[in-house]
Amino acid sequence: MPVKISSETTTKDFVQKIEELSGQNVHLCFQCGTCSGSCPMLEHMDFSPRKVMHIIQLELEKGLDNINTCWICASCHTCSARCPRGIDIARVMEALRQVILRKNKNYIEPSKLSEEAVKECPQIAMVAAFRKLTS
Amino acid sequence: MKVNYYPGCTLKSKAKNLEDAAIASMKKLGIEMEEVERWNCCGAVHSLADDDLIHQVASVRNLVRVKEQGGDKVLTLCSMCYNSLARANLLMRDDKEKRGTINSFMDEEIDYFGEIEVVHLLNFLENEIGWDKIREKVKVPLKDLKIAPYYGCTLQRPKEVGIEPVGSFNLMINFIEALGASVVKFPASAYCCGSYQVLGDGDAAGDAAATILNMAKTAGANVLAVSCPLCEFNLGKKQKTLLSEQKILEKIPTFYFTQLLAIALGLKPEVCRFELNEKSVVEFLKSKNYLSS
Repeated sequence: MPVKISSETTTKDFVQKIEELSGQNVHLCFQCGTCSGSCPMLEHMDFSPRKVMHIIQLELEKGLDNINTCWICASCHTCSARCPRGIDIARVMEALRQVILRKNKNYIEPSKLSEEAVKECPQIAMVAAFRKLTS
Repeated sequence: MKVNYYPGCTLKSKAKNLEDAAIASMKKLGIEMEEVERWNCCGAVHSLADDDLIHQVASVRNLVRVKEQGGDKVLTLCSMCYNSLARANLLMRDDKEKRGTINSFMDEEIDYFGEIEVVHLLNFLENEIGWDKIREKVKVPLKDLKIAPYYGCTLQRPKEVGIEPVGSFNLMINFIEALGASVVKFPASAYCCGSYQVLGDGDAAGDAAATILNMAKTAGANVLAVSCPLCEFNLGKKQKTLLSEQKILEKIPTFYFTQLLAIALGLKPEVCRFELNEKSVVEFLKSKNYLSS
């Protein structure tokens, strides 16, 4: 779905916020798509990492409403290892999660995990998922 | 020879098979693993937000414990613990400003400057013991095993903490060869297993895991060797679900590399705690005569 660029869809200083949180210069991205080509979770993402990078460059914060990309990211760092522009994209994804998590919104609810998952999953899965997907 | 050892939470329960096999094997190789006193959870994942220092504290506190106890290096087995501790260590060594903030926040602890070396067992085996010595100590060469080496994400990325350069898998290749098994190179050695997304989006994590298992099978492997309890969960115990969802067509026995070491050193199978692996591994080992029935 196309995202319209207007004063209603853009957020002033969105790039600055993401850059402060991630420590990365998102304008270095020249849209080659290596990140998307490398991403093991791509087929489950609403928007590819490349597209998300472009949306951030355009400060289209609204364009990322209800887009699952940063929530499907498993922080595997493949994109970061391969980015020819040296951008640590995993950190950009973390910044996107943090912008939302810091509004006290959770992506998963720990209390709603199935009994089976809690019983079977290794502790590191739970600690990692709560760190990445809950506020 | 003694070495300080950080186990981490999962190795004390659901991945006791990773730990027990390592401790017994290392003893056989003349190394005593001495558990760091009063260790705590490492936090499992390194915090990637620039202003989020509070989530570095858990890892740094463990490194402080090692320093306090007079150590200069700490051995880890779990890939996620290795990654979290090694990255927190780099932060404390290289970022003066953040180091200052973290040290003054933990004012009840001694100051820490990143002086401890965080070592993964695969590096330790190569540098401190050596593949030749391991080869000499092997009692049961694993000649019927065709092992695909699997590193996952956290042993290689980011490159600053990688146990070896991205795209090179020589540590595990040399390890497998020292045990007398054959190495099956396959393209997914550093693919992501789906990681913690097993709790966030199980379908996506299942697809990521299935890709790796299918590639290992296609390459001709009959065993997958891993180092991380979360990889073992997604690529091992989850195989039953992946089969029922038809994401994979066949199981492939998945072992911690420490279990393979223990079998090859001729240790009692009890130290491998196979009951904690995916069920079919025991039958598989019996069929290859590495376990008596």
